Order: sequence, then structure tokens, then C-alpha cells
Amino acid sequence: MNTCNKDERWVLARKAETLRIRAAMIQAVRNFFITSGFLEIETPLMVRELAPESHIDAVRAHEFFLQTSPELCMKRLLSAGYPQLFQISKCFRSGERGRYHLPEFTMLEWYRADADYRELMEDCENLLLSISLTLGGKRSVSFQGEEIELSGPWKRISVAEAFEAYSDISLETALEEDCFDNSMVMHIEPNLGWKRPAFLFDYPLSLGSLARKKADNPFFVERFELYVGGLELANAFSELTDAKEQRERFAAEECIRRKTKKIPYTVPNKFLDALENMPEAAGIALGIDRLAMIFADAATIDDVVAFTAEDL
Amino acid sequence: MYSASDLKKNLKIQIDGEPYIVVDFQFAKPGKGQALYRCKLKNMITGAQFERTFRSVDTFEPANLQERTMQYLYQEENKYCFMDNETYEQFYLTAEQVGDAVNFMTDNIEADILFFGDQPLGITLPNFVDLTVSKADPWVKGDTAAGNSKPVTVETGYQLQAPPFVEQGEKIRIDTRTGEYVTRVKE
Repeated sequence: MNTCNKDERWVLARKAETLRIRAAMIQAVRNFFITSGFLEIETPLMVRELAPESHIDAVRAHEFFLQTSPELCMKRLLSAGYPQLFQISKCFRSGERGRYHLPEFTMLEWYRADADYRELMEDCENLLLSISLTLGGKRSVSFQGEEIELSGPWKRISVAEAFEAYSDISLETALEEDCFDNSMVMHIEPNLGWKRPAFLFDYPLSLGSLARKKADNPFFVERFELYVGGLELANAFSELTDAKEQRERFAAEECIRRKTKKIPYTVPNKFLDALENMPEAAGIALGIDRLAMIFADAATIDDVVAFTAEDL
Repeated sequence: MYSASDLKKNLKIQIDGEPYIVVDFQFAKPGKGQALYRCKLKNMITGAQFERTFRSVDTFEPANLQERTMQYLYQEENKYCFMDNETYEQFYLTAEQVGDAVNFMTDNIEADILFFGDQPLGITLPNFVDLTVSKADPWVKGDTAAGNSKPVTVETGYQLQAPPFVEQGEKIRIDTRTGEYVTRVKE
């Protein structure tokens, strides 16, 4: 439709400062994890096994899939005795394109053996503060007109509390009426993480297929999402390490996938076998492009990458 | 038939027999959740606007509209006169129906006029128009690679940001959908 080239040099030159911030930020992320004793890992982008998740769609690549997250390979390494791992890699999710979404994006994942999601919250606090100090020597970041304080501890609010505080319906009603996602997008997310970043924690069981159930309340799982300036940055779990339970939860997700006519996935047996030996652990995935939006004060994800798919 | 993933700004769909245009569109997807397609829709006849959120499973009929290629003749008070190139019939559009297109309309330009039955609803200009720069500050040499821009005014009176090397009297190409500068046009 549009065959007319913009003055590309001009458009790209305008991104120079943002791309410099992005590069320095990724350098700061690496330094943070390496000095904290984490091992940097690269796992294949072309994979055979995917975690079945009802609302995430993979891109096919011949007889492989492009990874939607490095999660399964990272956990196979955890199971083999690597206690602290991180990876910065490209992930691919079909059909996800918007102001905050690219179908090809950059993800940071890190995993800690013998830890739970609370320790990952502290990692997040330390990581963002460390990046901010490296980039500008400040303990706060200015994003979309607000000065967001990065010194911890950050706000911690449970999903149930967030529905009480920001939504006109309760969490129970939202789940019964299938409008959980809608309430999140319309009423809850825009309010989170403006004075300080916020952790939204403890999700209903049905919304965390790889997360461990809470010991004192099996209707919830130990999952959190990190929000900064209304933007969802990261998703974390205390990992489910019970292989039998994981197999059942995958089966339930795959059932939803097939009912909604999504690409069928095979059971990720290599991962499930490895899970038998996995220590208690916690893992988290954080969107690097969105993190760059925060530190470069960018309004859209397009601003923090040199090229989007539409530019090619 | 459209599916939710076809939704984007300016898509025209039919709801309850009436034509609607998507005037604002946001893709949203909360962590691990389902894709939500948040639209602001405008009824193309009444102009009434409302917001609605669609999901991946939703489908839509395209709006039952016809486009006729017409030539812009002249402006008369608050109305814009167009002529059908084949039948020589003349139609008037209101300033509201013409909207931002007025920024890019020069005499005799051809445009697609949208009809619901025999009622004209709106106008679609070619995606790109070439307009003469009527006003621009002179180019300060050396001010190129920094990604700077400066305001320029084109023959229709429309003002936009352009690279610093664009000078008065030159033609520039403008994307009528975004109103943004595209490139210089060498004649």
C-alpha cells in the first residue's frame, strides 16, 4: 500500500539519543547480573517445545517454533544445577502489535534457585535503581511527566486489593463474568506505578499455569507483575516444581488453545522430565524494550527500536 | 468479513446496519491475558461516538459504502463542492465531513468521496500529496544529521515539521493520513 519511502536517514537520526540510552541500559543490566553472581546464558531461539499458554501464540519456523520466551530451556538448566542464570534474548509472539507491543521483542529473564517471588521483587528494586544511577546518577526516573521514585521498598498490592481499590467490580465477579483482562486494562493497570513502581501480586490459580500455589490459599498462585508508570514491565513466579501438577495444568491450557483453534502444541516432555529434578526456584521475564521506554521517557515502543516490522 | 486483528484506525465496519469508522484504536494485552482491541467508533451518519472493546473472536461486516472518484471544484462558505468525473453530478460536503483533508486539498485534486446510499459521508485523499512550500526559514548549513526539524507552511496554509534542508518554493510530499512530511519531490 505504502511504497513511498520516508527520508529514512532523518527518521533514524531522530532516534539517536534514545538508542544510546537503550544500549547503556542493556550494558547496566548485564553489569548488575554479572556482579551479582549470575551466569549469562544463551539458549536457542528456534525451539521444539513451548509452554502451552492460552493467550500467547508462537511463530512457526519450518519444523521449529520461534521461542515465545526462553523459560523452558532456562528451567532445564536450573534442574541441572545452575543456581543463578540470566539471559537477554529475542522473543516472538504472533499478532501482538500496539503502542506497547512488538511481535519481535527483547526479553530479559532471570532465575534464582532456592528463592521465591519475594526475592525477585527485591531484585527488581535493586536492578532499576542500579540502572538509573548508572545512566544519570539519579534515584528517580522521569516518565511521561511524572517523577517516579526508584528507591525501595516499592508498593506491593495484591490482585484482590487492586480490584477493590481501582475497579468497580470485585475480583470474584471479574472472573465469573470473564472480564478480568478488561478490568485490568481499563481500570487497574493505568493506576499502577506512578509515585513508585508497584508489584501486583497473587493471581488467581487459573492465571498462572507455571506458578506455585500459595501454601495458605490454593486458589491463588505466587505470581507478580511489575508496573512502572502504568506500564507492565515484568512477570514473575515462584516456580511450580511439581511435574505431575505442571503436566495437568499444561493439559488444561492446551485444551483451551485447541478449543480456540490455536496452533496445537505437543506436550513439552523434555521440560517436564527435567522438572522432576528442579530445585525450588523463582523466575522472571522483563521486557527490555518497555524498560527502555521508561528510561528514555518514550511514549511508544516504536521509539526505542531502530526498526519495527513495518519499517522493513 | 473482518476479524478483530484487522481493526485499525480508519477501518469502516457495519454495526446494526449502520456504518461506523474506527477513529481511535489501541491494542492492549495484560500480562499473559487475552488480546483486547480497544476502539473508539464514530457513526458515519450521525457522528455519534462511543468506545467499545473487542476480543480476538469477534468478527465484523465491512460497512456497505461506495466510493466515487470526484474532483474538488471550490469552497463556498462552509461547504465544499465536488464533481463526479463520470456523471458530472455535483455534491457538497460540509467542513465537518471534509475534516483534516482540507489541509491537503488544492483545486481540481481528485479524491474518493464516500457514499452511504446517495448520501456523501466523507472524503479520502490519495495517501500522498505533493504541495509547494510557501514559507520556510532558510537552511542553516551543517544542521542536517542531528535529527532536527523546523516548521514549514505549504500552499494550503497547513503547517508541519520538516527537515531543516527543506526550502521555500520546493515541493514536498505529505502523508495525508498522518499529516507528516515524507520526502522532498524533485521535479
